[in-house]
Amino acid sequence: MSVQGQIAAIRFGLGLRLGESPPAEPRAWLLEQLEKPAPGPEGAPIADAMAIRIAFQQARRPRDPVGDRAATQAALIDFMQAEIRAQTERRLTTGQPFRERLVDFWMNHFTVSRRDGNVSLLIGDFERRAIRPHLTGPFEAMVLAVARHPAMLFYLNNTASVGPDSPAGQRIRRGLNENLAREILELHTLSPAGGYTQGDVQELARILTGWSVNNARPPHDFQFRPAAHEPGPKRLLGQRFAEGEAGGEAALRVLARHPATARHLAVKLARHFVADTPPPAAVSALERVLRESDCDLGAASRALVQLPEAWDPPLTKFRTPSDYTLAAGRALGLTGTQGDLVRNGMGQLAQPLWTAPQPNGWPDRAAEWATPEALMRRVDWAYRLAGRFARADLAAVTEAALGPFARAETVAEMRRAGSTRDALTLLLASPEFMHR
Amino acid sequence: MSPHPSFRRRGLLLGLGATFALGRARLAFAQAPGERRLVVILLRGAMDGLFVVQPYADPGLAALRAPLVLPEPGREGGLLDLGGRFGLHPRFSHLHALFTAGQASLLHAVAGPYRSRSHFEAQDLLESGNPQRLTSGWLNRALQGLPAAQQTGAGMAIGTGVPLLLRGAVPVGSYAPGEVESPAPDLMYRLAGLHQADPKLHQAFAEGMRSRGFTSQTLGAPDQDRERGSFPRLALAAGKLLAEARGPRVAALELGGWDTHVQQAGRLRGPIAALDDGLARLQEGLGEAWARTAVLVVTEFGRTARVNGNAGTDHGTAGVAFLVGGAVAGGRVLADWPGLGTEALLENRDLRPTRDLRSLAKGLLRDHLRLPAAAVARAFPDSPEVPPLGGLVHA
Repeated sequence: MSVQGQIAAIRFGLGLRLGESPPAEPRAWLLEQLEKPAPGPEGAPIADAMAIRIAFQQARRPRDPVGDRAATQAALIDFMQAEIRAQTERRLTTGQPFRERLVDFWMNHFTVSRRDGNVSLLIGDFERRAIRPHLTGPFEAMVLAVARHPAMLFYLNNTASVGPDSPAGQRIRRGLNENLAREILELHTLSPAGGYTQGDVQELARILTGWSVNNARPPHDFQFRPAAHEPGPKRLLGQRFAEGEAGGEAALRVLARHPATARHLAVKLARHFVADTPPPAAVSALERVLRESDCDLGAASRALVQLPEAWDPPLTKFRTPSDYTLAAGRALGLTGTQGDLVRNGMGQLAQPLWTAPQPNGWPDRAAEWATPEALMRRVDWAYRLAGRFARADLAAVTEAALGPFARAETVAEMRRAGSTRDALTLLLASPEFMHR
Repeated sequence: MSPHPSFRRRGLLLGLGATFALGRARLAFAQAPGERRLVVILLRGAMDGLFVVQPYADPGLAALRAPLVLPEPGREGGLLDLGGRFGLHPRFSHLHALFTAGQASLLHAVAGPYRSRSHFEAQDLLESGNPQRLTSGWLNRALQGLPAAQQTGAGMAIGTGVPLLLRGAVPVGSYAPGEVESPAPDLMYRLAGLHQADPKLHQAFAEGMRSRGFTSQTLGAPDQDRERGSFPRLALAAGKLLAEARGPRVAALELGGWDTHVQQAGRLRGPIAALDDGLARLQEGLGEAWARTAVLVVTEFGRTARVNGNAGTDHGTAGVAFLVGGAVAGGRVLADWPGLGTEALLENRDLRPTRDLRSLAKGLLRDHLRLPAAAVARAFPDSPEVPPLGGLVHA
């Protein structure tokens, strides 16, 4: 039925594309996306990104700079443009929008941000290798892939963390950096409700010393540096972990399967797919599935589809700027370079792609986004966008954008509007289109 | 130019007339003598208090963080002296001038009541004004102490978002330099009509329209300057809005960039410059209203007393707060100094807090905004053990 189909498209997906019909079998449509993933996007390998990054830095070092500053800057900008264009195009045109929403969700859970200039070039690869392959697998595989990815290792300073009693620590008199360890515990796995201590943060930081990046040799990927690793066993959450890379891997697996992690993920998933204040029944259903499966993300995603609360009542979530601009772009059938309208809109509405201000990512509650000035900016953006589609088929755009959720009052105001541009603005800035 | 008659009629039909009437109410209120302004600047990411206000006379300082110690006052690149025991980072030249002029107090070894070292939890609690997270901020609850007719529009967030600090029952505006092209007023009123049916959005939408109408009159049309979103520019805009007779009485701004785990000394130059320039621009925008203004600058916590392994610092506990403005009884460093000896540190790690940030905010609400005791207690519930700190502002 078209209401359920539209919910599947809007709430679980990214909104229908112009001309697309809502799925006739909504749940089956969603489950199939989990079971039969389309091939992942191809992108430049990390070696390319790292080569640009290294050249950029070499041209700017204070002593003995090598290479042309302008050329290295241009290479960096071109590379980022291509990454962002490809990402926007994929989200505008994907046939598996539920998967893309899950990618966005986990990218935000494991935030790496362009606000740290060192990281920008690596974020596309981070998405392709640390997030996408693990969408429906064990959470621990995603946690490990994230903790080994150069983007995260740079972003949260683990490449700079050195065991004070390690050979490197003794030689260069550098030491621990707690940043990654703290955020793994607080944001990626247990959450503060998990009851870890400051001592646990420091122990995990010691455990993860040596988890670094090979800057010297291609492909410039993850490298465990024994010389920077703090010697001796460590104790985290009362458990003993052996010295070496294997100790870190074991510790991350324990954290990823921890009951507090299951609870944390259940709350976040329910908040994203059900409501800002998720109903306790939805949270406990997800938590049970996660605990019983050692935090399997495939099981959790299938459970989301079966949550009655996710289907009724509809449209309880206020769209983030990213969701909002993308849904508008899909309803208008944007493609190719028109994707820049969405990309720029995300910036104008204060959520530029991959640019979360802090490691806890973008907020997922209406209170953070539905502010007076933000609503005015949405109107401005919708009006400018509408100005480019003066000959749009209003009925078709309305059908894609809202289908049965278009309120009679909105349709009546659209009919009274003096121009297609005004009518489209009324549609895209209507309160029902602000929600998913 | 008066609004087109049909807009006025529509506005009345939609219930928006009330906001225009409120504008006049604020005008009447603002002409009363002694109108006070309060600005709160949130420094996100945890500013290192021991770095920006260095206790250079404490022998423990160099032992803990030699790479982060700046030369003493009077030497090249040295600290700006604050009266013999503390020195201010040299890039804070405007703040130092205010201190010298008796318009800035620096508070050291301060912290909120929480001991979380999580940025996100600590920011929420700082803004909630409570050891547990609340869904509203202390500054919004403080506005509830104003007479009902003066509440709407009394608070304004500068930037696209409204921080938790200003969220709550009292409608609050927000201002950010915007784009040029907006729909005609008629279309805006149609949209406001559609939003009437949405219980979650209609108030924010009406407030957005009110703020827009108001801010475009005060600041003129938005420009295309690339720097328009920078902190000093926002601070200048905040000052101009606050200076208006019809303007807000209370504003909040945010500035990030303080989470310096690596190479702190270099990486703090930018944020310090932005803050110092921002304070100067805020003063410029306020003009003669500066004399009736207090600006509270706070961060979620301080950083570790010891330098970490990367010439940076990790998450700590006590730090500094600044209080500046023409209304401030300044020229003082207020610190019940706990010392930096190993025994004195909290958990052998952080500067020990000796003053609760809430006492500072409560003192401003009571003595600067002149709120009754019940309103102060609503802003900071269940904290009789933390009395307001007196003497922060001129009577």
